[in-house]
Amino acid sequence: MNTIAQILQSNRKKILENWMQNQLADTSLRDDLISNEELRRQSDELINGLSRATAGGNVDNIYAPEYEQVVEILSDISITRARQGFSPRETGMYVLSLKQAVTTVLEEKYNEQPEVLYKELLTVNNLLDKLSMVTFDTYIKGREEVILRQTDEINEISTPVIRVWEGILALPIIGTLDSARTQIVMENLLQEIVNTGSSIAILDISGVPAVDSLVAQHLIKTVSATRLMGAECIISGIRAEIAQTIVHLGIDLSNIKTKASLASALQLAFSMRSVEVRKISKNTGFQLGR
Amino acid sequence: MDRIPILKMGPFLLVTIQVDLYDRLALTLENDLISMVSKTGARGVLIDISAVSIVDSFMGRILGNIASMSRIMDAETVVVGMQPAVAITLVELGLTLQGVYTALDVEKGMELLQDKIGIFEDPEQDKEGPDDSDD
Repeated sequence: MNTIAQILQSNRKKILENWMQNQLADTSLRDDLISNEELRRQSDELINGLSRATAGGNVDNIYAPEYEQVVEILSDISITRARQGFSPRETGMYVLSLKQAVTTVLEEKYNEQPEVLYKELLTVNNLLDKLSMVTFDTYIKGREEVILRQTDEINEISTPVIRVWEGILALPIIGTLDSARTQIVMENLLQEIVNTGSSIAILDISGVPAVDSLVAQHLIKTVSATRLMGAECIISGIRAEIAQTIVHLGIDLSNIKTKASLASALQLAFSMRSVEVRKISKNTGFQLGR
Repeated sequence: MDRIPILKMGPFLLVTIQVDLYDRLALTLENDLISMVSKTGARGVLIDISAVSIVDSFMGRILGNIASMSRIMDAETVVVGMQPAVAITLVELGLTLQGVYTALDVEKGMELLQDKIGIFEDPEQDKEGPDDSDD
């Protein structure tokens, strides 16, 4: 059995205490996100796993099968932390503060033998650095998963199809249109046309910051698909600067009905469906004439 | 061999495609339909593809061809009931079926056809009945 495993085993209590102290002393500890008992349990489990893994003499290759459990514990911890909103520094400090704890014990034990101390310190450093890299890797992976999920959610939320009138759908688009979003917009719109049997769809792009040739092409595609389904599509909310860009880019929108505002698009839709909205005198409400 | 039935309804021909169109079937349909148009002197063709879930460029072209041929023979073509997935596929293939009228379902397609014929032929309006007027 090598020195590190020995130390981990015989001084487990002490190392855990030291480690916990280090962690608790750190001002950045988020006791609002993780309880002390939970932290202690995790840390104990990790030290245990580490002493078992090093028992075989392997203190270098953390991808060997005996380290599986340790890596798994670390991955679990950092992925949960990433989801809970810990910062990278807080997650990284978790493993690095263990280094501190082990070093203290080593120093006490080999105070008289500087050469052994130096060698052991190097080994411990090396091993724990590698483990902290694993923590970092999985932390980032966890964050990326969170970001990916949020992107999906934003895409889902930001393309609502609204039924503004019987047979008239409106689809306000907010944010930049890219290929993936256009696909979602198109699918949502077409499905809603089938569901509601609407014959007119208003695509409002007043929330789209810029229109380049790609976005325009996506819009034309959506309009064509709507037409194939048997519904009419009106594009509304084209601002002055967007109109300028479209003309400068040489994009032909002459086959597509366009309106400046959602209101005028709605008006056009009403007239296409032979619906009339008018004000009634001496009455607060609107009356619908058909 | 399979054949897709073509029904005559007044001045219109009604085709309901209930199976996925393979190339031979599509070609047969094109032939049958055009000869029916010439035989009956139909004024409109309504093709219901609501049951079609798979479409390829060939079928897109056949639909376009049918529309162009019918137009030459003085009949309008309306394609109704296209599924969202089919519409997206056709657009991705770059086939926007220019010159083909579309409608959501058979009912709306019929209205559209009657509209078209009413517009193009005023003297026969009384023969067509009250369907032409909106209000």
